[in-house]
Amino acid sequence: MTLAFDLLLALSLLWCGWRTLATPRLDRAIVLFITFGLLMTLTWARLSAPDIGLAEAAIGAGLTGALLLDAYGVLRRRRVGP
Amino acid sequence: MKRMMVVALVVTLALAFVFLLSGAMLELGPAAIDLRAQVSAHLAESGVSHPVTAVLLNYRGYDTLLEIAVLLLALLAILAVVGDAPASPSRATHPVLQTLGRLATPLMVVVAVYLLWAGAFRPGGAFQAGAVLAAAAVLLHLVGLLPGWSTPRLRLRIGLAAGFALFLAVAAALLTQGSLLQYPPDAAGALILLIESGLTVSLALILAGLFLFLAREERA
Repeated sequence: MTLAFDLLLALSLLWCGWRTLATPRLDRAIVLFITFGLLMTLTWARLSAPDIGLAEAAIGAGLTGALLLDAYGVLRRRRVGP
Repeated sequence: MKRMMVVALVVTLALAFVFLLSGAMLELGPAAIDLRAQVSAHLAESGVSHPVTAVLLNYRGYDTLLEIAVLLLALLAILAVVGDAPASPSRATHPVLQTLGRLATPLMVVVAVYLLWAGAFRPGGAFQAGAVLAAAAVLLHLVGLLPGWSTPRLRLRIGLAAGFALFLAVAAALLTQGSLLQYPPDAAGALILLIESGLTVSLALILAGLFLFLAREERA
């Protein structure tokens, strides 16, 4: 059961990382990046490193995700024009 | 045709590199020093009972001192780049979002304080606590309750630099006793808590600043 979960986690992590890099749309890439961060948090927890997991969830997925979404909003407003 | 050959060459070289790296990894001998045994052997005199915190703030405090310096430097670089454009006023958003923001913020503050306190004996610590506080500030900004920050005045500047300054002051005070950041065992716990509290405040302001200083008026 645990092995199945770990395998699923590893596969979805790889798939998520690949989709983040390969997707042509910026907004999807950002959402996938945040998902990748959350899966990474689970992976750290499974590797019994909850300290890194906490830092990854708060800084990697949370703050970086918010910054990226903010940057995307600015880019889109510039493209459309004020 | 030529393009295909180049792609094939690159793929072959990359695969060869992967095999070489894997081979090198498999041939690694056992580590010369078993750091885990040393960390647990000296845990009693480190002042905390969680090995990760002991490494971050006692055995390798120098590293954490430079880390907060790097973050402060990054924020100074951002401040230099954005100049003194006026900060954007907070936009009114949906009342449900604002209520959610008002409800979530006190909880996040409690979680941050818990994480800071828990760092001494279980996973947690200054960086995580600071990040949660910063996330609360970002949330308040996004729901329109906290305006973006313009060029920082004296109080905010003191807050931004306090963690680093406090850490540096402790390091300098300990330098008179002998070596840099070697805490006396009976005061180590209190000193680590003091440094971590300062770090939490400054990290929260720095990480929130990364977001809030960039929230400027769009210049057409």
